[in-house]
Amino acid sequence: MKLTLWSYEGPPHVGAMRVAASLKDIHYVLHAPQGDTYADLLFTMIERRASRPPVSYSTFQARDLGSDTATLFKDTVARAVETFQPKALLVGASCTAELIQDDPGGLAQALNLSIPIVPLELPAYQKKEDWGASETLYQLVRQLAGRVTPEEAAEARAALPGPSCNILGPMSLGFRHRDDLEEVRSLLEALGVRVNAVAPLGADPEAITHLGEAHFNIVLYPELARPAAEWLKRRFGQPMVETVPLGVGATREFIAEVAACAGVDPAPALALERRLRMPWYSLSVDSNYLTDKRVFIFGDGTHALAAARIAQEEMGFEVVGLGSYSRVMARPLRAAAEALGLEALITDDYLEVEAAIEAAAPELILGTQMERHIAKRLGIGCAVISAPVHVQDFPARYAPQMGYEGANVIFDSWIHPLTMGLEEHLLGMFSEDFEFSNDAAPSHLGHASHLAPVPSPASSPREARAVVEASPNIAEVGGQSLSWAPQAEAELKKIPFFVRKKARRNTEQFALDHGLGEITVETLYDAKAHFAR
Amino acid sequence: MNSHGAAPLIVRERGQREVFCGLTGIVWLHRKIQDAFFLVVGSRTCAHLLQSAAGVMIFAEPRFATAIIDERDLAGLADVHESLNEVVDQLLARRPNLRTLFLVGSCPSEVIKLDLDRAAERLGQRHGPGLRVLNYSGSGIETTFTEGEDRALTALVPAMPSLSAVGEAPDFLIVGALADVVEDQFRRLFAGLGIERVAFFPGNRSDALPAMGPDTRIVLAQPFLSATLKALEDRGGRHLPAPFPLGAEGTTAWLAAIAEEAGVAPARFEAVTAAGRARAQKAMTRSRETLAGRKVFFFPDSQLELPLARFLSEELGMQLTEVGTPYVHRAIIDPELDRLPADLRVVEGQDVDAQLARVRAVQPDLTVCGLGLANPLEAEGLRTKWAIELVFTPIQGYEQAGDLAELFARPLRRKARLEALA
Repeated sequence: MKLTLWSYEGPPHVGAMRVAASLKDIHYVLHAPQGDTYADLLFTMIERRASRPPVSYSTFQARDLGSDTATLFKDTVARAVETFQPKALLVGASCTAELIQDDPGGLAQALNLSIPIVPLELPAYQKKEDWGASETLYQLVRQLAGRVTPEEAAEARAALPGPSCNILGPMSLGFRHRDDLEEVRSLLEALGVRVNAVAPLGADPEAITHLGEAHFNIVLYPELARPAAEWLKRRFGQPMVETVPLGVGATREFIAEVAACAGVDPAPALALERRLRMPWYSLSVDSNYLTDKRVFIFGDGTHALAAARIAQEEMGFEVVGLGSYSRVMARPLRAAAEALGLEALITDDYLEVEAAIEAAAPELILGTQMERHIAKRLGIGCAVISAPVHVQDFPARYAPQMGYEGANVIFDSWIHPLTMGLEEHLLGMFSEDFEFSNDAAPSHLGHASHLAPVPSPASSPREARAVVEASPNIAEVGGQSLSWAPQAEAELKKIPFFVRKKARRNTEQFALDHGLGEITVETLYDAKAHFAR
Repeated sequence: MNSHGAAPLIVRERGQREVFCGLTGIVWLHRKIQDAFFLVVGSRTCAHLLQSAAGVMIFAEPRFATAIIDERDLAGLADVHESLNEVVDQLLARRPNLRTLFLVGSCPSEVIKLDLDRAAERLGQRHGPGLRVLNYSGSGIETTFTEGEDRALTALVPAMPSLSAVGEAPDFLIVGALADVVEDQFRRLFAGLGIERVAFFPGNRSDALPAMGPDTRIVLAQPFLSATLKALEDRGGRHLPAPFPLGAEGTTAWLAAIAEEAGVAPARFEAVTAAGRARAQKAMTRSRETLAGRKVFFFPDSQLELPLARFLSEELGMQLTEVGTPYVHRAIIDPELDRLPADLRVVEGQDVDAQLARVRAVQPDLTVCGLGLANPLEAEGLRTKWAIELVFTPIQGYEQAGDLAELFARPLRRKARLEALA
C-alpha cells in the first residue's frame, strides 16, 4: 500500500479511455462498478468534449457479485454494439472487475460479433494511465494493422504518390496535443510529406488498419506511442522519427530527420522560421534578466526532457531540479540530469516532489497541474508544461508547444509568471518598502499568492516583517548550534525572498565548515563570496 | 394529507448507472469535520476519482488520502494490515492532531474482503485513546454518491457519548452536513423560537458529539440519510418526518414541524419566521420570472431530486417532467411526495441510455444532471444544471432560497443573454 494525496496518473483503464475517446467508430465496453463512470467527466468537463466518450460500463453492484456479473457484462456489450454500431470494439476491466476475473475478452468473443474485438489486459494494481494508453494503442494497432500483410502494404505504398508518414501519439487529454498536431502537420505539408494517418486522435478502424502503408512513423509522444511504432517497424519496416519537436533546436532537428527519412529537401520547412520570434526574444537585451533564473522541472518524460533543454540552451535559465513521473523515461532523464550536475527525481509521489522543490528553492517551476498547487503554496511562479492537465490547459486560442509556433508560445508562457527585469531590481534595492510584501506576486499578475497581513505604513517595516516571518536566531546544523547576530539576521531579510532560504542554508553551512559559532554580517558576505559562481 | 389525492407513481429502472460512488462524500465531509481524516483503502481509481471530483483544491492540503492497494498486497506478499499500519503511521506523522480517522472501504477492498472493522479496532488500540478509528464503506458497489455521507455518519453514531456519561441530550438533533453559515442561521431561528437544546450532527468537531436521549427528535436536514436515521433511532431518538428546508415554503414547513413538536405558539412561530420567509420570497422573485412555466428534467444523482422538484414546482412554478433519483426512502421522503403532482413520473434507479432517449423526446428547458452528461446535452441544445453543485453549495434555509433559485435560473438567463452566439 502506498499513501497518496494527489496522483499524477489515473488507472490504466483511463489511459484506454483516452485512446477510445480519440478514435471514431470505436466503442469501449468496460466491466466496472457504477462509480467508475466518473471518468466521463474528464472528457466532458476538462476537455469540454461535446459528446459522451464512447464508453459503456457494466456498472455491477454488490448484489450482482453473488449472482452473475459475467452475464451483465455480456448484456452490456450486446447493448452497446446495438446502440452505438461501432466498427471495432475494445473490451476490458477496471480495477474492481479485474479482481472478479470474469474475462471480458472471452465473454465478448463468445457473442460472435461481426466486428473486430480488441481485448485489453491492463493490470490496475501494477500499471498506470500512460501505460494503459500506450498498451491500448499497441494492441489496437497490432490487431487491426496486423490484418494487412507487409506485401499488401508495400504495394499500396508504391501506388500512392510521394513520401508519406503516420503521426503516432496525439490523443484526448494530452497536454496541447490538439494544437501540436496542427503545427506538425504544417511542417510536413511544407516538406511535401503526406500524412497517411494520425493515430489515435481522429482515426477510425479503417485508418488504423492501413497504418502499414506509410513510409515511416513519427513518434510524437514516446510514452504513449513507442510500443505501437516499434511493432509497425518490425512488421512493415517503417523507420521511426523519434526527435520530438519541442523547442527551436529540436524543431530544426525534427525537420532534418523527417526530410532524411522522406528523402526530401528540408529547406521549405526551415523557411517557416519566418514565423519564429523566439530566438530574437530570448537574445534581445531585456531578456538578460532571465539569465540563470533557477527553474525546477517536473512532468512526463517527453516534456520534462524537452523543457530541460529549452530552459538551459534557449532561455538561459539554470535548471536546479529535473524529474518525471514517467518511469519508462527514467534512463534518458537520469542522463540529462547528470549532464546538468543534478540527480533526476523519478517518482510519482507528490509529497516527494514538493519536498524537492522546497529544498531547491527555484524561482520558477515548470510542472504539471500538481506543481501548480505546490507553487501556490510556496509562492513561486509556475508554468504548466505537461499532463496531468486541468480545464485551463485547454485554451480557446491556438497554443501549441511543438514546432516554431510552439517555441513562441513556450517563451511567452514561461516568462509570464516571472518578476520582470527592472521590477526585480527595484524589489531588491528597496526591499524594505512597506508595500513590497515578501509575498507580493509580480505586479502584472495582479493578485497576491498569499494572504499575508498587509503592514500599515505607520508601523516600521522591520516590525511588519517580523509579523510575516518570525525566524529563530539559533540554528541547529549538523548537530551543532549556530547563532545569528541580530544584524546578520536583519541583513538576511534584505535578500530577495526567493533566494533567502538558500542564502540562509549556505551561510550556516559556511559557518559550520569554518568552525564559526556566530554568524555576523561579515560571515553572511563571506559565504556569499564563497558560494558565488 | 396529499392535496392531489394520490402520491406520484414510482417506476424502478435498472441499467447502466451514471453516478458517483459514495467516496465522493469525502469531498465535503473532510472540510466539515475539521479534526477528522478520511483514508480510503482502495485503488488508483479511487484516488483519481477523489482528485477529479474535488477539482483543484489549492487553498489547503486535503484531509483525505488514499492508501493504494498494490499487487504485493493482493498476492499476499505483504501483510495488508501491516501495510495499512505503515500508511497510518506516515499519515499521523504529518497530521499529529487528528481526533478521528475514518478508514473508508472501496470497491476493491470490499471485493477482496479486507476486514476494515478489524483494522479499525486494531489501529484504535494502537493509536488510542487520543485517536478514534472508525470505518465505513464508500464503495461504488454498495453506495451511490451521497450515501457515502450516510455511511460515514452511521459509523460516527456509536462514537456518541451515552446519556449517563454527559448527563444531557438535545431535544432536537439536526442531521446531515450543512454549510457552517446555514447551521448558524438555523441556530438563530431556533433560539428565536425558544428551542434551546438543539445539536447538529455532524459538527465541526468529531470529539464533541451530542448524546441521544429517549426524547431526542431526529430531524433530517438532508434526505439521503436513511442508515444514519436507523442507527440514531436505535440509540433511542425518534424521527420527526418533515419536508426539507429548501426554499421559503420548504424551510417554513421544516421549521414548523420542529416548532409544533416543541410546542411553540403559532403566533411566536409566525413572528420569528415572517422576516426570513419574506426575504426568501423576495430573493426568488427574479428567478421565478425566468423559471415559471419552464419544463425541468432530473437525472438521478444525490437523492435531493424530489425535494428540489418540490421546490421548483411549488415555489417557482416550474413544470416537472421526469424526476430520476437513485433511491426513494418513503419514510423520509413522503412529506415531499405528498406535495408533488400525482401525475409526476418518478424514476428510481437508472438506465442512462434509455433516460437520454427520454430527455431528448421531452426536450425540457432545463436538465439537472451529472458532470459527465452536462456538456454533451448542452451540445445537443439542452440547457443543463450540474447536479453536484447542489450538494457543494449552501442551499438550505431562508437566506439561501434566492441562491438556490438562481442556480437553476442562471443557465436559462445565460442562454438568453448569449443568443447571438447560438
